[in-house]
Formats: sequence, C-alpha cells, structure tokens
Amino acid sequence: MGLNRREFLKIAGVSVMGLGAPTMALNALFKNQLNASQISPNPKALHAKRWAMVVDLKKMNKEIVEKCIKACHSIHNVPHIPDKKREIKWIWETHFEHAFPEQAHEHMDEVLEHIPVPVFCNNCENPPCVQVCPTKATFQREDGIVMMDMHRCIGCRFCMAACPYGSRSFNWQDPRPFIVKENPEYPTRTKGVVEKCEFCAERLEKGLMPACVEASEGAMIFGDLADPESEVRKILRSRYSIQRKPGLGTRPAVYYLI
Amino acid sequence: MYDGGKILTGLIIGIALFTLPFWFNLGKAAKIPEPKLTPKAEKAKFCVESKEYMQAEHMALLDKWRDWVVRDGNRIYVGLHDKKYDMSLQNTCMDCHSNKKKFCDECHNYADVTPYCWECHIEPKEEEEK
Amino acid sequence: MFEKAFHGGRKYWTVVAILAAIVGVGAICYLWQLKVGLKITGMSRDVSWGFYIAQFTYLVGVAAGGVMIALPCYLHNYKKFARIVVLGEFMAIAAIIMCLLFIIVDLGKPMRLFNVLLHPTPNSILFWDMIVLNVYLFLNVVVGWAALEAERFHMEPAKWVKVLAVFSVVWAPCIHIVTAFLYSGLPGRHFWLTAIMAPRFLASAFAAGPSFIVLLALIIRKYSKFDPGREAIQTLAKIITYCIIINFCFFLFEVFTAFYSQIPGHMNHFKYLFVGLEGHGKLVPWMWVSMIGMFIVCILLVIPSIRRNEGSLAFCCVLLIITTWIDKGLGLVTGGFVPNPLEEITEYWPTVPEALITLGVWATGFLVVTILYKIAVSVNEEIEA
Repeated sequence: MGLNRREFLKIAGVSVMGLGAPTMALNALFKNQLNASQISPNPKALHAKRWAMVVDLKKMNKEIVEKCIKACHSIHNVPHIPDKKREIKWIWETHFEHAFPEQAHEHMDEVLEHIPVPVFCNNCENPPCVQVCPTKATFQREDGIVMMDMHRCIGCRFCMAACPYGSRSFNWQDPRPFIVKENPEYPTRTKGVVEKCEFCAERLEKGLMPACVEASEGAMIFGDLADPESEVRKILRSRYSIQRKPGLGTRPAVYYLI
Repeated sequence: MYDGGKILTGLIIGIALFTLPFWFNLGKAAKIPEPKLTPKAEKAKFCVESKEYMQAEHMALLDKWRDWVVRDGNRIYVGLHDKKYDMSLQNTCMDCHSNKKKFCDECHNYADVTPYCWECHIEPKEEEEK
Repeated sequence: MFEKAFHGGRKYWTVVAILAAIVGVGAICYLWQLKVGLKITGMSRDVSWGFYIAQFTYLVGVAAGGVMIALPCYLHNYKKFARIVVLGEFMAIAAIIMCLLFIIVDLGKPMRLFNVLLHPTPNSILFWDMIVLNVYLFLNVVVGWAALEAERFHMEPAKWVKVLAVFSVVWAPCIHIVTAFLYSGLPGRHFWLTAIMAPRFLASAFAAGPSFIVLLALIIRKYSKFDPGREAIQTLAKIITYCIIINFCFFLFEVFTAFYSQIPGHMNHFKYLFVGLEGHGKLVPWMWVSMIGMFIVCILLVIPSIRRNEGSLAFCCVLLIITTWIDKGLGLVTGGFVPNPLEEITEYWPTVPEALITLGVWATGFLVVTILYKIAVSVNEEIEA
C-alpha cells in the first residue's frame, strides 16, 4: 500500500475538512431566514439624541434617595445581599467626598458635606467599560445609553476594572434567593454576569421616565441634551453643575447641581 | 497480532460500554411528548408563527428576538396574520403558555435539553396539580 | 517521541501521581465553583479581580522568559544555549497553559467563552490577549517539538522551524506587553495607569522566567544524565541579575513619581500596600518581604562568587521567584483596587477553595512541564548514547 502514518493523517484531515465545509455552507444558505422587515420599535418609545440625568443636590434628602433606590431596585429585581463584599447596587447613597473626591476639601459648606448624594452609572459618552469589553456585551446605544447584553456577558469583569466610578456589580452567586419581591415583568440576572443602571431603557421604550426620576419628587431630571429646550438643558444653563471625575475624559451623562 | 488477547478484551469492553444506553433502556420506550396548551393559548387560536414553524424554529426565533430587543432597541414583531407582538419571552410567550411544566418542559425533558432562559426570565408561578 | 513520557522510573511516576492528585482536588473545587458561583472566592464588588487573574499576570511573564534563551541562540548564534533552548520552549508551553486555565477559572460564564471569537472586538485588549497567548502557545508547541525531533535524528531543524523560532522571539514580548496594557490603559485605576507597567512586566518576566529555567535545569542535571551545561546556566544567571536589578529600579521609579508629586490618588495605593490605610493593612508584611527580599537578591546576584556557586544561585532563584510572585501575584492586582474609585477600602484575601483551584492549575502546569521535560531529557539521553 505504501501509505505511511503521516500521509494517512494528512489525507484524513483534508477529507474531514472537505466534508465539513460544504455541509456548513449549505446549512448557512438554506437556514430559515427571519425577515428583519417585520421588526420595529414600540411606537410609544421616547427617543433622544443624547439622554442625560441632572441631580439637584439642593433638593436631595435621605427620604428621597431611599425612595429612588427602592424604586429602581424593586422594579429591576436587584437582589438585596447582606454581605457587603458581594452586594449588588445599581444606585446608592454616598457623601460628597466619596462621589467627588477631587472637589472635596477640609473646609466645605456644612450642608453640602452631609447631603446624601445618589450615585449610579454615568452612562458616559466616552465609556471605558465599552472600550474594554471583549464581546461587546456592554455597548453604547446611539442615544448614549450604555447597555448590558446579559445573554452575551462572559463574566470576565474587565468592565468593572475599567469603570472609574465603581458603578458596576457582579453576580457572585445566584441572585434569586436574595430578591425581596420579584417583579414578574422584568427578568432577574443569573450568577456570573455583570449588571448596572441602564437609565431604565425598558421604561423609556414604553414612554415612561426612569423609575428614580419619577420617585425623586423633582430632585432628579431626565431629558435630551441635544434638545436646547429640554428641561435638562434649561436647568444646566441656569445653575452651576459638576460631574464626577471630569478630568478622565469619560464625559458622563449625569450632572449634579450643587 | 501483538498483545492480541489484550486488544480483543479491551475492544469487547469498549463496545459494551459504548452501547450501554441501548442495553440499559431495553424494553422501556420513552413517552412521546405532548405539550398541553393553556385555556388562554387555545383561545388565541394561533401563535406568533405557525405551529410547524414554532416547533422547529422557536429557538432561532428567540435567539433573533433577544438581539433585536436588547441590541437594536426594537420591540414590535409582526407575526402570523399580521398580528403585532411585544418580543418578550417572559411577557408574551409565557403569558399564553404559562404552564411551563406541561408545555415547555414536555419536549425539553424528552430531548434532554436544559435551556437557561428561565435562569433569568421569570417563569409564571404554577399551581401544583394533583 | 511522546512514548518517552510513558517510560519512567519510580521518582518520575511518583511526581506525576502527586501532581495529578493536586489537579484532581483543584478540579473538584472548580466544579463546586461552577455550581455555586464565584462567591467561594475572596473577591468582592470592589476587588473584582483576585488570585486567579494575578496568577495569570505573573505566569504570562514566566512564559515569555524562555525567549531570553531563544534570542541569543537563534538571533545571535550563541551555541551554548542550543541544548537548553527546548527547556525554555517547553516551560513556555506549560506557563501559557496555566495562563489560559487561570483566565477560564476566573470567568463568571466560562461556557460562553466562544463569544470572544464569535464577536471579535479589536478595541478590547482582552481580545488581543487571547490572540497573542494562543499564537504563542502554538509557536512553542510547533517549534519546540520540531526542534527536539530534529535533534533526536542528529539533523538540523528545517528552515521553517528556524523562521518560526525567530518569529516567536519577536512575539514573546508581545504577550506580556499586551497583558500590561490590560492594566495600564484603564483611566480609573491610578496604580496601574503608568507607562512603566509594560517595562516592569518585561523586566520581571526576564528575571523570573529564566530563574524557573535555571532551577529546572539544575533539577534535570541531578536526576538524569542530561547536563544543560555550566556555562549556559552562568549566562542565564547574568541575564537574571541585570533584569532583577532593572525590575527593582522600575519599582523605585514608581515610588518616586508617587511620593515626590505627593498626589494622594497615586500615593494611596502604595500606602495601602506598604504601611496600611485607615487601619487596613493585610498585605503590608507581604510587600515588605517582597521588596526587601528582591533587594537582597539584587545584592547577592551581583557578587560573582555567589552567582558561580550553583547552590547559592539556586537559593537566589528561589527567593527571586517568591518575591516577584508576591509583587505581581498579590501586590499588583489588589493594590490597584484598593482604595476603590470612591476612596473606600475593601480588603481582599484568597479563600481556601480559591487557593485549592489555584494550586490545581499550578499543578497542571507542573505536570505538563514534568512530562515535556521527561521527553526532552529522554531524547537527549538517547542522543548521548
């Protein structure tokens, strides 16, 4: 026969590839193609070129912040995990020196020093988390919202390392046992994926404002930065506003009025 | 041949182990799955697409749906008979087919697949049937 | 040549058995981690990367260390390294396998690993890391195997082998430059946001990698008839000396920038590591052991009589490996995360399951090295005969 082992292996390898390739090609060609023209957004959805949030710290107090947190965490099935190391939080309360470490100093306005500052994902215009995600599981929409695709996330947590604001949480375990009351209209997450605030994208597409904005009794305003007549633009024109870590060039979509 | 005894013994044991599923299940035929429709599903008369299509392709449909919803921001799907649906497993599909155990699980258990959809998408609470 | 791995003495099989047992224990712990989630580790919302990624970071440097033998041998015809270049390549294979395993055990959803290939994202450094690591693994497997086989039949390796070998010398620095870029491009982490991250990785890699090879070469000489050559080991020792001094200096340069500029954002991470911050200081004793130890290694290795004595050289290599491991394996990753972006402190320490999984992966690497080195040594003993 005269065929040695090396030649046999080479022929076998080529045959496998030769059989496999056309099969895969045929499969791809004749697979039932779904027609993308059947798809459209919800007609009630709110649209914007650049969504932004303005937090009026002068109107903030402990009750309002707690209402905002409760609204967000309850409708999004955010679990309440007592172990601080594994906690998951989309929005939480902190103080000025932690939210704005570069602006805080020793002789601050006493009121400002103690105001509860709600912090959450800034949905940056230049997001480092999107830049580092290896699967585009976190991606930026055209309207500026930084979204999470829970179906694609591999749980590498590179986005958590990249976020300069600590806005992201990871599911170190199955979150369901820790959900106080499930909202049956919104999914939970599963262990092994990263989650964060997404400016209530699922509410925006039904024509509703983000949950925290609704619960905030006017202390938080949401709108389109590209529209010069929007509430957010008007208030930013008339009041002094700051952002978190502006020197990093992330261009957050969240502004704080002090 | 060299080590002929060892090779033949090993071959026989190997073939026996390989065909074990057949020996093990001899005489027991698994029941053909019969997914049951809820009263709500029966009333609806038809699904997002035809029954034949859904049986064969609901996985591909859901796979496309989740990208269209999450990544493209689209929500409305025009299905069979030009009816519009909100593309949502949890709120559309499970709304009619709220009996996961007698509907979804019937075929999934038979085919021994465990789709992880319901790890996140909350399934409707079912009462325990007697 | 693979059949050489199946014929060994009692000592060989004992080592294989012990390593396989450790791998088994690690594997069982990993199954538990898959079931329950990463909460069995010590990582937290603030310190979201821990022991696993730290080991990966350290080993990526060790893997490239083999290039310090390949470069003089293939590019500059330094014949004294010809016998041990295969040791460098085989150790690189084991190290890269460990790197890939550490990444996999760290993932929250490892079953979705294929997504990185299905959705290529060139702006993500992790994407490039995957490419660079896998190509380097492929290069070392092909070149190492082909070169060893050629040596076995007393032939020169084929021309394409030499071309790939030169390519692998160029590719090797890429693997830890890209890994350094994982850290040094993140705007929110001031401990890592420094251009010297890549040079530091290079320097410690070229000190730690050859140290592993020196130790493994001495072990081989003791337990087999394969003698890597005294001069080869001495040249490696000189390379190690220069690189560890450079590594230590790079660290001092960082300390200068942080503390002369007096910028709190830069100083805080060093303070946490070396003196503790706000009462938290779990890593302080470890970091001082690392730095003082590294300094001692620098001094010792500079003294020729200590370098020439293979016993004291071995001691220095062991100390070097321990100190660079503490620096990269504990200090680098944790130091970057503490304090967190809101200037709060959450400490990190690995848990027992996390340590067992880590040991399991290290044992996998050592098992690979044992088997591959056994093949290389057996081939060399065959040639000598």
